[in-house]
Amino acid sequence: MSIDGRIGWSREELATRAAMDVPDGSYVNLGIGIPMLIASHLPSDREVWFHTENGVLGLGGAPSPDEVDPDMQNAGKEYAKIVLGAASFDSALSFAIVRGGHLDIAVLGAMQVSPSGDLANWSVPGRTPGVGGAMDLVTGTKQVWVLMDHTDRDGRTKLVDHCTLPLTGLRCVTRVYTTLGVFDIAGSYFDCRELAPGVHTQTVTELTGADVAFGHLR
Amino acid sequence: MIDKLRDDVLETMSIIPSGASVAIGGFGLTGVPAMLCDALCQLDRRDLHVVSNNAGIDPTGVGRLVHEGRLRKFTGSFPSNPEFLPLLHSGQVELELVPQGTLAERLRAAGAGVRAFYTPTSAGTDLATGNYPSRYDRDGHVVEWMSPKDVRVIDGQACVLEFALATDFALVKSTRADRLGNAAFRLASRNFNVPAAMAGRVTVCEAQTIVDAGDIDPDSVHLPGIFVQYVVQSKDRRLADPVVPVA
Repeated sequence: MSIDGRIGWSREELATRAAMDVPDGSYVNLGIGIPMLIASHLPSDREVWFHTENGVLGLGGAPSPDEVDPDMQNAGKEYAKIVLGAASFDSALSFAIVRGGHLDIAVLGAMQVSPSGDLANWSVPGRTPGVGGAMDLVTGTKQVWVLMDHTDRDGRTKLVDHCTLPLTGLRCVTRVYTTLGVFDIAGSYFDCRELAPGVHTQTVTELTGADVAFGHLR
Repeated sequence: MIDKLRDDVLETMSIIPSGASVAIGGFGLTGVPAMLCDALCQLDRRDLHVVSNNAGIDPTGVGRLVHEGRLRKFTGSFPSNPEFLPLLHSGQVELELVPQGTLAERLRAAGAGVRAFYTPTSAGTDLATGNYPSRYDRDGHVVEWMSPKDVRVIDGQACVLEFALATDFALVKSTRADRLGNAAFRLASRNFNVPAAMAGRVTVCEAQTIVDAGDIDPDSVHLPGIFVQYVVQSKDRRLADPVVPVA
């Protein structure tokens, strides 16, 4: 149930599963961590444009050592490539793109998500403070997807009735991909659309801290 | 004749006193005015209020200012520098944590004459309600919290009031600049450099390459020279036009 793959999807499989749902022609922002893996798992028939909040639309993959360009990093502060047709801009315009509702999908990691779509992913008491662009991304983007482990390192569920950690945004998440399955945000419960191979509804119910419905299960 | 070019970096930077507020461009390792930050250290400036997205990710740029304890306050979105946290928790530096897009817009607004604006970003979170520490005493107890923000529901959406963030000075790093202060940036190095330059009452631009007026095509000027007061040559002598790696 944890990401080391005891049951359910591995990180790579999770990214591959979410990548299948990214429509052709989408503008997408990928958060640091598992969401970033989506870029390298897209079906080959999709043209998807990646926005990076430090100011590029048309983010590419990782460069080889001799391809590193000192002026090109992604939002995770790693060196990155661009794709042909990319556009660069300053941070104010970059967040006009974000807040203005121009991006189709933001994919983020999370610590907690509630059935109303509340998201906690920026602050853990005692850790280094930092909010970055997460609060902007969740208020502006048309769809906010969360990609995460179903439970945390201590086995506690990350799908909760109410978030207890500091919120990034209220009623902002539209869909959650966890190691156990795919869930739509339904207001008072999680609507399970799909289970990872070998995962049973009972396991999901036991490992989820809020009501789960399986009526739309594929 | 306008000539904003200056040969002596230390002399140029000596106009910035200790205690000043300074907006500093850069994101990660791109577009960081590292030489200008070095100058602040060489001039032994202290008690600075630094406004920057990151607090540095290595001991250059803002990272050096943090390392040498030259800040009294940091305003930014991602102070993930490990050297920052002990300074915060021992009361040596104050923190104003701002969402990244709000930070960019507050700087832009300051330069654009917009005094304040409403944005949905952070509405309903601890950063809006003021339930977030901004200052600790030397024993690590919270002594001050962030100010709660005014909230107004606009078209059914809760929005918070954010004020323009003007600074005494701004330090930016450009790929190219001319004697008029016109500047151009490559790829992701533009980032906060444009909004920072707009926010600073006096802006110093560290240019990788200094070019003749007119060499930057007017349609390719990212930062019009009217926002820049001084231009100095960077020690960073990378080529201005390396091959751009694609995909």
